[in-house]
Amino acid sequence: MSGEKNKVRLAVFKLTSCSGCQQQIIDLGDQLLALLDRIEIAYFLEASSDAKPGPYDVALVEGSVSTPHEEELVKKIRENSRIVVSVGSCATYGGIQALRNWMDFEEVKKAVYEKPELIEALEKSRPVSDFIDVDYAIGGCPANKLQLLSVLKQVLIGRRVYQRGEGLCQECKRKGNVCVVVAKGQPCLGPITREGCGALCPSYGRGCYGCFGPMVDPQPGALARRFEDLGLSREEAALRIRSITSWSEPVRRFLEKYER
Amino acid sequence: MSGEKSFEIKVDQLARVEGEGGVWVKVRDGRIDYVEVNIFEPPRFFEAFLKGRIYLEAPDLTARICGICPLAYVMAASRAMEKILGIEASEESNKLRKIAFYGEWIESHVLHFAFLHAPDFLGKHSIFEIAEEHPQFLRDAIAVRDWGNRAIEIVGGRPVHPVGFRVGGLHRIIKRRELDPLLKNFDEIEKMGRRLLEFVLSLPIPEVSYDMAFMSLKGEREYPILEGVVSNNLGEEFPEDDFEKHVIVEQKRYSNALHYRLRSGKPYITGPLARFNLNYGLLAPEVKSVLEESGFKPPLKNTYQSIIARAAETYHAILEIGRLIGEYREPDKAYEEAEVRAGEAAAIVEAPRGMLYHRYRIDGDGRILYANIVPPTAQNYAAMEEDILKVGDLILRKPREEAQKLVETTIRNYDPCISCSVHMIRLRIIEE
Repeated sequence: MSGEKNKVRLAVFKLTSCSGCQQQIIDLGDQLLALLDRIEIAYFLEASSDAKPGPYDVALVEGSVSTPHEEELVKKIRENSRIVVSVGSCATYGGIQALRNWMDFEEVKKAVYEKPELIEALEKSRPVSDFIDVDYAIGGCPANKLQLLSVLKQVLIGRRVYQRGEGLCQECKRKGNVCVVVAKGQPCLGPITREGCGALCPSYGRGCYGCFGPMVDPQPGALARRFEDLGLSREEAALRIRSITSWSEPVRRFLEKYER
Repeated sequence: MSGEKSFEIKVDQLARVEGEGGVWVKVRDGRIDYVEVNIFEPPRFFEAFLKGRIYLEAPDLTARICGICPLAYVMAASRAMEKILGIEASEESNKLRKIAFYGEWIESHVLHFAFLHAPDFLGKHSIFEIAEEHPQFLRDAIAVRDWGNRAIEIVGGRPVHPVGFRVGGLHRIIKRRELDPLLKNFDEIEKMGRRLLEFVLSLPIPEVSYDMAFMSLKGEREYPILEGVVSNNLGEEFPEDDFEKHVIVEQKRYSNALHYRLRSGKPYITGPLARFNLNYGLLAPEVKSVLEESGFKPPLKNTYQSIIARAAETYHAILEIGRLIGEYREPDKAYEEAEVRAGEAAAIVEAPRGMLYHRYRIDGDGRILYANIVPPTAQNYAAMEEDILKVGDLILRKPREEAQKLVETTIRNYDPCISCSVHMIRLRIIEE
């Protein structure tokens, strides 16, 4: 290896995304600096022009796969990296840009570009795990920096990474929030969403929009029925559920049936 | 440059910028003859999938265009929708919006001037190399940036894609005491902000001077951030709703982002440099005194000096947050309610990188029919290309490798947010 001795070689890659999850890495600030005697940042184009070639020990991948170029790139990342982590809801579920997956792509291109023929993009925006094996996945829009740090530290000590998969409602209850569905009759995606954000939206008195992606074994059908009980039409209920992580598998499978 | 008359400088992937872009400069007979800033960041088609969504979702959805300046999108979308509905956020809501939005300026500016841009002037690859000689610079940069992020977090819940803001104001009332943590180390942060500006003023920044067109919002009593009339240094002034009448737009074969110019065809610069030169008098007196003590007089003469504007605005933002917290009084309601009605309106806010324009049309059920979003970086591409032509002599006097670095620095002067610029390409939704 060409890297500094005994350090874990870290690479950060960006695919189709807003750069917000890379911000979370930079936002670790002092906590990241404290790891620099254990980690060599070998490739992180946003932060350093000193880009070193692989192989890497850990690759953090932000963003979904939405172009032919990215399809090739993720395969190279896999070949070059011992551990691949998808960071954030774009890399893990296809991201907000997967909302276009529900539309006719030719129409989508025409709606945005006067010359759609110049645009090179895949028909769908998809998660990294559709193309390569991913060792660990961290959802979130953006990913929670402390969850990210926890995964990094577990990798550093060579332990098999443990991640919780419980629902947002548990986190929300522990925080002592008043339930926005029960008390205010507001639609909330909390009952099908993975914890990790700190139940932020209900803490502000608003319904969750599901940006951390589905919890383990979610029940979107039961939630949709609850939304209908609150007075939403089937179409409105579907629109609520078809949010930032609409292309995650359980949500997608549900919507395909529900909207038919 | 080592006797060669015709050659090319090609940077396939720019580092230390937000997003993915490259640059290609062709030199013929000892002169720069062609410049292309190539944006290959993949398109995300926001404008297409916004259609049919509910107007209340626009701030949270469009925030996802940019992880560095999500609040700018939240603010522009909220204000445009408020205009359509005929409501205004309360004065206290606006104070909270500004506290968080200035926090975003700090977070974004410090990331750029300290982490991404300063290394250029000292011949380093990253801030970590600068820190070997100037450890205080890195410590100050991290502490001030954290504090800016904390301001966003306290008001909005988290620094990236905050959840606390909505059309009409905020989702809940923020208690005065919740803002106290920002005041706890305020004096120290203020000192750091001043020290960062002094460090930037000590950098070897090129002194060349050339003609530039600037455009930004113009403040009346305060430095512009949330609102203002649009103005430029050619003497034009117009309301935000008229923006599209004053610019022309083109799609380039080599770029996934659109290019903008003034009606006359002249490229213009938006961002800190433009704001600074058009609103210098409105900066906090403490900021002006640091600048003037270093013998510094506005206007800034070239885009390399944009780093000075960013550091000055950072110090200004710290002072403004302190002032706004002092003036904040808890309101009795968190947001203004509105009856949904059909309509169309535009709003411009000053994102860290410059003017961000949103226009929406909604129907009587509050569904979005049309959206057009013009991010600052798209407005700056034409100016970036022209800038490289203008500083051609400076670039061509350098040996090849340094010339390439100077080309990259010239692009970096604009703090291009490539993620933003490509995601928000002009949208023309055909109404059914």
